[in-house]
Amino acid sequence: MTTTLVDTAAVTGTVHPRKGRRGGLWRAILGNRKASVGLLLFLLFCLAAAFPHLFVPWSHGDPQAVGQFPSELHPSLQHWMGTTQLGQDIYTELIYGTRESLIIALIAGAGATALSVIIGITAAYLGGAVDDVLSMFTGIFLVLPTFPLIIVLATYAGKGSLAVVIVVLIVTGWAYGANQLRAQGLSLRNRDFLESARVRGERRSYIITFEVLPTMVSLILASFLGSALYAVLTAAGLQFLGLGDSSSLSWGTMLYWAQNQSALLSGYPVWALAPGLAVALLGVSFALLNYAFDEISNPALRPVRRHRGKRAHS
Amino acid sequence: MRYLLRRLGFFVLTLWAAMTLNFFIPHLMPGSPAQVLKAKLNHSGRIASTDQINALLASFGFDPHAGLMSQYFTYLKDMVTFNWGVSIGDSLGANVTTLIGQALPWTLGLVGVATIMAFVIGTLVGIVAGWRRGGLLDGVVPPVFVVTSALPYFWVALLAIALFADGAHALLPNDGNYDLGLKEEWSLQFIGSVLKHAILPAGTILLTAIGGWILTMRNNMITTLAEDYVRMARAKGMSSRRIMMGYAARNAFLPNLSGFAMSLGYVIAGTILVEYVFNYPGLGHMFYLATASTDYPLLQALFMLVTFAVLVCVLLCDFAVFLLDPRARAKG
Repeated sequence: MTTTLVDTAAVTGTVHPRKGRRGGLWRAILGNRKASVGLLLFLLFCLAAAFPHLFVPWSHGDPQAVGQFPSELHPSLQHWMGTTQLGQDIYTELIYGTRESLIIALIAGAGATALSVIIGITAAYLGGAVDDVLSMFTGIFLVLPTFPLIIVLATYAGKGSLAVVIVVLIVTGWAYGANQLRAQGLSLRNRDFLESARVRGERRSYIITFEVLPTMVSLILASFLGSALYAVLTAAGLQFLGLGDSSSLSWGTMLYWAQNQSALLSGYPVWALAPGLAVALLGVSFALLNYAFDEISNPALRPVRRHRGKRAHS
Repeated sequence: MRYLLRRLGFFVLTLWAAMTLNFFIPHLMPGSPAQVLKAKLNHSGRIASTDQINALLASFGFDPHAGLMSQYFTYLKDMVTFNWGVSIGDSLGANVTTLIGQALPWTLGLVGVATIMAFVIGTLVGIVAGWRRGGLLDGVVPPVFVVTSALPYFWVALLAIALFADGAHALLPNDGNYDLGLKEEWSLQFIGSVLKHAILPAGTILLTAIGGWILTMRNNMITTLAEDYVRMARAKGMSSRRIMMGYAARNAFLPNLSGFAMSLGYVIAGTILVEYVFNYPGLGHMFYLATASTDYPLLQALFMLVTFAVLVCVLLCDFAVFLLDPRARAKG
């Protein structure tokens, strides 16, 4: 079963130990249009998360403070996106909400990736009964319906805090990456450079950390981007349904309140759509980077120059 | 044969794991069904005695007098025999299976059709894009669909409402499954109303789901087209169409099959967020209601049902791969 679920495109052709060419990855990103757009978007969001006041220089104090402005104003020059039912400026909230949404994405993405690296590579490298148990475990988590499971977990955890949302996202988000890393690890197992390390008498932990892992950087990065994308979308969805902490400031919570006040149908489309657009753009930046890494590691997928491409298959 | 047996074993094992999870999550988490039930009964003015509450709890596996293990086994037995208990949410006391039965057809119709359409159209577009490398389609497909596949379902749904279903002269309805006041019958008017109400939610699902299929299919096609057997077919002078469909697409399609099987299984969950935004009374919406009203038995039954559906679909897919792919048979 594990073989059928592996995305073949991502697995084939990624095996090339990256040594020597320093900055090759950097140049590859700048040379790929999808990657540069994705990276630019991502950096913009990082900037907004780290220094929100740069984007709203006129705002002082707590963006969530109630009654700063008249409530439910339509977009205007003073309030670019209008105000909420409690008189908060929506644009300011949107900028300040970046931080929590980005933190969820990065921490949940990193956690899920770490778990998939540990489980996937251990399974592939140790083999035998350990592999059987671990890949069965992975298989089970792969087919368990995640979004329903997340909802069940979040409901029982008492419509939870940031920590609950992140833990739930990690628990449900690691299996796909683990499966891919295991497949890649299996294909590496009998390579000469690992054999020579074994013959040199290196310890297992050394071999895994310094010989196996570096060859998988691109796959691990892809798996991180995939998990982060999943985390952004799922966390926003959870908060939108009211399963997050409704007093926190994030895009998902903004969406929840907008829906709660039925902003869309009472003539405040910007209120309902802007936070969702922010979620979508962050998601798009992860997806673009992810796809671009696929292209970088597998040149066959890259866009072809028109005049050459016509020749190739006619 | 050994392959099939192993897959069957996996099926049983995963089902058991899901049931076990489903049983232990509520027992480990802080929110206790007993408290919820008590609060709810008191709230609705029906002060229940402890005995009544215990009896109700026992009916879905929370018998406070029994030990954890014996509760667990009773729960497993009840699950297998479709004895899924009664709702403690908005429709207090209703049989969970009845509730699910009412919502199931709507979800199957809406999400099922949309999912299949997304897969079929996506696969076909992917085949053509991969085949005509560097063509117009291939130039447009990757950037456009990388973006659409990263859009949140609910946002596309909200956007669709803002564009097509908002205001006094809305083009399409934004709410429910058919116009109020119509009777459920096989009349043209009723069917027309159902279709009209399905356009936006189905369109939302189609738009967000199709990108993934197109991209994976295109990438698989490109990988397959580099294979020797494709070159061989070209050398034999076979027609382009036969090479495209019979040689390349057939093989490129196999890895996508299991993904499709899983998404078919997910159909049962409805797309929770889409059904929520459109107020569509399917299982996804029911999932939301069960959460909002902390209706544990309903929530657990829904989760069980989705897991079961996904597993059955994955199992069917394994059988299909067994039939379609000689390599799977040879591996045994």
